[in-house]
Amino acid sequence: MSSTVADALDHEHDDHGPTKGIGRWLFSTNHKDIGTMYLIFSLTMFFIGGAMAMVIRSELAVPGLQFVHPEFFNSMTTMHALIMVFGAVMPAFVGLANWMIPLMIGAPDMALPRMNNWSFWILPVAFGILLSTLLMPGGAPASGWTMYPPLVLQTGDAFPFLIFSVHLMGISSIMGAINVIVTIINMRAPDMSLLKMPMFVWMWLITAYLLIAVMPVLAGAVTMLLTDQFFGTSFFLAAGGGDPVMFQHIFWFFGHPEVYIMILPAFGVVSEIIPTFSRKKLFGHDSMVYAGSSIAFLSFIVWAHHMFTVGMPLTGQMFFMFATMLIAVPTGVKVFNWVATMWRGAMTFETPMLFSLGFVFLFTIGGFSGLMLAIAPADIQYHDTYFVVAHFHYVLVPGSVFAIMAGAYYWLPKWTGHMYNETLGKAHFWLSTIFVNLTFFPMHFLGLAGMPRRIPDYSTQFADFNTIASIGAFGFGLSQLIFVWIVVTAWRGEKATDRVWEGSHGLEWTVPSPAPWHTFTTPPKARIAQEAFE
Amino acid sequence: MHENRSLTGRLLVLAAAMFGFGFALVPLYDVFCEITGFGGRTNATAAVVEEAPDLTREIRIEFMTTVNSYAPFELSSDVSSMTVNPGKMYFATFTGKNLSGENKIAVARPSVAPPAASEHFVKIECFCFESQEFAAGEERAMPLQFIVDPELPDYVDTITLGYTFYDTARAAANNPL
Repeated sequence: MSSTVADALDHEHDDHGPTKGIGRWLFSTNHKDIGTMYLIFSLTMFFIGGAMAMVIRSELAVPGLQFVHPEFFNSMTTMHALIMVFGAVMPAFVGLANWMIPLMIGAPDMALPRMNNWSFWILPVAFGILLSTLLMPGGAPASGWTMYPPLVLQTGDAFPFLIFSVHLMGISSIMGAINVIVTIINMRAPDMSLLKMPMFVWMWLITAYLLIAVMPVLAGAVTMLLTDQFFGTSFFLAAGGGDPVMFQHIFWFFGHPEVYIMILPAFGVVSEIIPTFSRKKLFGHDSMVYAGSSIAFLSFIVWAHHMFTVGMPLTGQMFFMFATMLIAVPTGVKVFNWVATMWRGAMTFETPMLFSLGFVFLFTIGGFSGLMLAIAPADIQYHDTYFVVAHFHYVLVPGSVFAIMAGAYYWLPKWTGHMYNETLGKAHFWLSTIFVNLTFFPMHFLGLAGMPRRIPDYSTQFADFNTIASIGAFGFGLSQLIFVWIVVTAWRGEKATDRVWEGSHGLEWTVPSPAPWHTFTTPPKARIAQEAFE
Repeated sequence: MHENRSLTGRLLVLAAAMFGFGFALVPLYDVFCEITGFGGRTNATAAVVEEAPDLTREIRIEFMTTVNSYAPFELSSDVSSMTVNPGKMYFATFTGKNLSGENKIAVARPSVAPPAASEHFVKIECFCFESQEFAAGEERAMPLQFIVDPELPDYVDTITLGYTFYDTARAAANNPL
């Protein structure tokens, strides 16, 4: 960094403390502050998206139209998905990455701190734009988060705002991903080779490459929608010689890697937690890396399994079916490695471990329903039914969201310097687990019985299971308030030690709790630190 | 710092390249559809009339017509289906009508199923090759001249040919700018 006038005027420069007031957050280049902002933003979006889910479940609690107009219902399903995917799950993982990656690899900060500030502050703008569409003539986007044309082109005034907010989310993700890669590649502690990196760092490295590879493709697809609507192109308009099915191909070329973007960091989080509470090393560290990389590679060649029903040559269906099923192999490697890590371990069941175990068990259920959906001839029955809704909620809620919760509990003492309330944490876990199953398990039966997704009303034969799902959804939503309470009260808990957990290992546990504003200003000896814990 | 900058630069180039790749998928998709017949693409290349048509084989051709929901037209085929021999030339007639009180330009988009048949269904002359101008209320017959290529795979015994009528002005009218 060259010495400039700005540096000379910066009187904070010497004491290295945070600036006071709002400026600390607005102009922050500190990975911990930015990580905190990402996590708070994500939690806020989780509740906004969750409130929309409550609207959906209220309407579906009993047959008939009771609370909202069908158009608004469609807006709710669309906005719920966009907010949860881009506003809750992805920023939560970026927040964990910001906080933990520099601490885990012994770097003083992220490699590109100013870009880091931009990546974060673009997000509230993007979601401000997206949420403002709720007040626009024609209503918020209602075509489903997949934005299929020609339906999405019937969106009212919200349409260009939808496109621009997606662009901004993409720019934010790409900048965040670049930052993660540069940090991991260039700023590791000198004696930490790539294969010695913690699993969370590894999974994020793979995720970051996926983000850079596919977010621009989504940006391209929505740009084509924009020009089709306003500038007379016909990428997807049949009248002008375009093909709406092509949008589905381009979208899912992004969309399938996107689902792994939301699950690979989750794999990383539980791969940190399970060894800690099993008091053993992670079983098959290197095979975990190869399995993660294989999943990332395969994610690029399976996209058309989302669109078996649009019509495809038989050979195409066979290819996408078998390629999809192949993903079960590396995923199975991971699940068995977690189980093998626990095998004969001295296990204890603190809240992070409970959420991780819930993750392994319930994510696997979602994986199995994914295999069922991969069977091309069977998918024709399942397509666009509640079976699909059950499937992706199983991999995303007790999958990604449980892993985020597990990570939050696991690292919260390191962030705040205090232990959270363990009793409430366990209550949060058990209530979440019971209600998440109550919500989503009946949806499998609804889907197999033929209930279509994205409808505000349904035939009376689906009534009882929907009521159960709605009760579960409200229970799950309310249970999350316990989490907020735990986080808010975490500052007055018992003082946390530096190592926090008896079985923890890795560089992040060598710094004090709470982690000081600046850490690892001189690179640590990673190997010595790791051996000290063995 | 230098290392960070150069890696950042390379990753930005990768992101830009992937943005370009998204657009490159458009022509790639076209090529893919031409080759596989995916997406109901029809063969637009002229074919030679077979000297000796294969009279032993009969193929059923079914016609389907649809009108885009925004287009003020009617479109129908004069016969709903016909039985043909591969290698022989056939004629069919479709009737289009402008239901609106103003002059309109319609465009017909063909689609062939199953995909395996698409490259073997050869249109010699088709009203879908160019846009069709209709005066207000005009009704008009439009010709189709086609051959089924004897190379058609054995397992195909029925070919469905669909046309959808679109209003070309609609795309512009749809545009609020």
